[in-house]
Amino acid sequence: MSTTAEHHRTAPQPDALDTTVVTSWKAPIAFAVFTLLALALAVFAPREGVTKFRLSSPTDAVQLPEITVPTMPALWTVVVLLALVTAYSAWLVASKKRVPLWTIVVFAILFMFGFLTWAAAGASLPMIGLLFGSLSLAVPLIFGSLAGVLGERVGVINIAIEGQLLAGAFTAAVVASITGQPWFGLLAAMVAGMLVAFVLAAFAIKYFVDQVIVGVVLNVLVTGLTSFFFSQVLAPNAALLNTPPRFDRWPIPVLGDIPIIGPVFFRQTVVVYLMYIAVAAVYIGLFHTKWGLRLRAVGEHPQAADTVGINVNRTRFWNVALAGAIAGLGGTFFTIGSGIAFNKEMTAGAGFIALAAVIFGQWDPIKATLAALLFGFASNLQNTLSVIGSPVPSEFMLMLPYVVTIFAVAGLVGKVRGPAAAGKPYIKS
Amino acid sequence: MKLELRGITKRFGSLVANDHIDLTVEAGEIHCLLGENGAGKSTLMNVLYGLYQADDGEVLLDDEVMHFAGPGDAMAAGIGMVHQHFMLIPVFTVAENVMLGHEATKAGGILDLATARARVREISDRFGFDVDPDALVDDLPVGVQQRVEIIKALSHDARVLVFDEPTAVLTPQETDELMQIMRQLKESGTSIVFITHKLREVREVADRITVIRLGKVVGEASPTASNVELAALMVGRAVELTVHKEEPKIGEAALVVEGLSVIDHIGQLVVNDVSFTVRKGEILAVAGVQGNGQTELTEALVGLQPRVQGSIKLDGVELTTSNVRKILDAGVGFIPEDRNEDGLVGEFSIAENLMLDRSNGAPFVKAGNVQRGFLAEFARDRVKEFDVRTQGIDEKVGRLSGGNQQKVVLARELSRDLSLFVAAQPTRGVDVGSIEFIHKRIVATRDAGVPVVVVSTELDEVAALADRIMVMYRGRIVGIVPGDTPRDVLGLMMAGEAPAEGAAA
Repeated sequence: MSTTAEHHRTAPQPDALDTTVVTSWKAPIAFAVFTLLALALAVFAPREGVTKFRLSSPTDAVQLPEITVPTMPALWTVVVLLALVTAYSAWLVASKKRVPLWTIVVFAILFMFGFLTWAAAGASLPMIGLLFGSLSLAVPLIFGSLAGVLGERVGVINIAIEGQLLAGAFTAAVVASITGQPWFGLLAAMVAGMLVAFVLAAFAIKYFVDQVIVGVVLNVLVTGLTSFFFSQVLAPNAALLNTPPRFDRWPIPVLGDIPIIGPVFFRQTVVVYLMYIAVAAVYIGLFHTKWGLRLRAVGEHPQAADTVGINVNRTRFWNVALAGAIAGLGGTFFTIGSGIAFNKEMTAGAGFIALAAVIFGQWDPIKATLAALLFGFASNLQNTLSVIGSPVPSEFMLMLPYVVTIFAVAGLVGKVRGPAAAGKPYIKS
Repeated sequence: MKLELRGITKRFGSLVANDHIDLTVEAGEIHCLLGENGAGKSTLMNVLYGLYQADDGEVLLDDEVMHFAGPGDAMAAGIGMVHQHFMLIPVFTVAENVMLGHEATKAGGILDLATARARVREISDRFGFDVDPDALVDDLPVGVQQRVEIIKALSHDARVLVFDEPTAVLTPQETDELMQIMRQLKESGTSIVFITHKLREVREVADRITVIRLGKVVGEASPTASNVELAALMVGRAVELTVHKEEPKIGEAALVVEGLSVIDHIGQLVVNDVSFTVRKGEILAVAGVQGNGQTELTEALVGLQPRVQGSIKLDGVELTTSNVRKILDAGVGFIPEDRNEDGLVGEFSIAENLMLDRSNGAPFVKAGNVQRGFLAEFARDRVKEFDVRTQGIDEKVGRLSGGNQQKVVLARELSRDLSLFVAAQPTRGVDVGSIEFIHKRIVATRDAGVPVVVVSTELDEVAALADRIMVMYRGRIVGIVPGDTPRDVLGLMMAGEAPAEGAAA
């Protein structure tokens, strides 16, 4: 994995130190492993026939033709190309050069194409459905990672994202069921997420309790509370308390009719549109407004912020609360966003994957969003492949999002630096 | 603006950091606050700046009593501060740092960077600073970072400016420039409080001097007073400012470093192709401004740096391929730069700290058991020999003063048979009395025939100890010169200028 500096540095200082390239064999070795994997598929599990990629759904205004690929020739071509990229990266490292990011992107796309061609041999792969589902599954991850980015940028590590998502999902289901209005559910979810954040903020900021421990305890607490209320209160009164109405899909005119992009991005529910707004708002807010400048200052060097008259702990407290509200909003996806009744532990670790997206996304809201989309894709790939009857065992595919997470985070560890004061309470005498 | 502090008292638990301190700074005056490390100067200024709340006493500006709940209030009242540890955010640009806390915004809370840039340029031009508003602070040399701090204070319209140990990180030339800036500021009517423990600077720039010792004002002095007088006032007794040492009895080459480079985690050559030799019975002092590769060089000598190229030979044995344990066993003694971080375990007792590097076998450990009796006897002897002022060998090291902590480190390292002694900043944050003692022990180690490498950013210390001086700048050796090289030559070398021909040693 390669990294890019957060700021584009202007011309190097004239007295900058000499540098040498610290090369790493991580990329070529990983490439070689995946190339061998593709080769193994081609040699030991060849599949006959052709693979079809469907680019439109039947209801689309503009119909794109299906793309048909002969399975085995395509797979062999991919194996050869993968080998070439691997050799190129190995050559780069051997001659003391960095492996640029684009080689990793090209490799990943090639491998994915080869794998899909093989897995969907003899069937027709609905690309729109695959991508649409990826985006949907990524929604709670994106909200969660925005909450994580805000928290860590202001200096408080938010492990409680999982709990905030779950609290949001629960509250949204109950309030929307009672009122019959998903909008009230949405507001209630934000309040619930914020309440969880208040506890985190109070213990971490006011009482200097270790932030990671408070976060973990909060997750357990919220899981326990929601499970208790679910089995004791919601289950017996399901009709009244746990039949949430759902947000309908709102196709956006014009944008929704663009081939591929339209059906994937602009025929979604309001929760997804709110997500677009949240990502843009957090990005612009963090890097171009007074609020963001102060927030980042507090997370990098709280004492410096204090000496120019910024109240460090108040800034931390309210931004952690805001982050909680955003995570709570993300929780609505599980219930009113999808029209599903609340169930025990239904977030299933999404908060932790969101945390991984924060690190993988280098504490940047846009990059974290992209990382969350990647995880969403990995999850939905499993759904799609099991629907079209692929030979890959579904248990194996279920593992995929977590495997991607581990590799993504491991590849970055030690290379990126988070906000300097994240996790450290600010103690004044 | 006239500043007056009346009866300021600040306690931390049972420790009285400031005890009824009175101080008056007239408008347009440079007032020096002189005192040793830990005398309470910084505490006093943090009270003035609203970072600490005084337990007693009051602050007056132009004869008006002020109440500062935080630094914001102090700033609004016209007090600016240039902190010893810069209060700058490294990942922000100069303009962002200067605007932080009083940001100009456009519609919708969007930052108005253009205004901030113009403000930086205007102040920068007024004093001839030459600071680029869009440069990232992390990329700037410390001297320039300090100017950013000054710009920051002035952009808040500060009329009383406090400089807290501003010269600790500067080259002698940068120090001269800073003095010039202070005089310029004074002429424009700004009152200046200049905190330092360096006598030379005080006498050069001060209009009046107030001396603080152990949290109390112990007297005023005139800038015409001699160094010895000022030092005696500061320490409370007569002190020897020079180290007495004999001519070195130099033996054969012991430490031979060739083409040594140290690479940090992002690929920078923090030590760049360095070669030098240290002979038995001599002290090589490594001079240079903080952060020019000295830390990494000493760590490489002890095997603490992971990416090292080139060769380090001690008595003919290659050390670069070795590990820390083997290097210590080869007889290398090491005083790390930051004793609290790398030299001691604060929660351990003095005795336990004295055996930290010898837990791998006899005589301190037998069959996995620490030999408590032997250790106690050993510790008592060392405490006595090295004059560690303590209540007993079971006292936690973290509770000792800086000077006594450093003596514990020194005792541990010097109580083995050494074939090389490396001391990084051996007297940083140490009281004058302990400095005398530590210097004597270092010279004694040299006279016992051990090659010694001393790293120091203080030219006084370098001049006092060195038989030869090696100056480092941006990871490279600028030159190796005799121990009696004049300060101004060393100053130029510390800024990267190679010495004239024939000056090498």
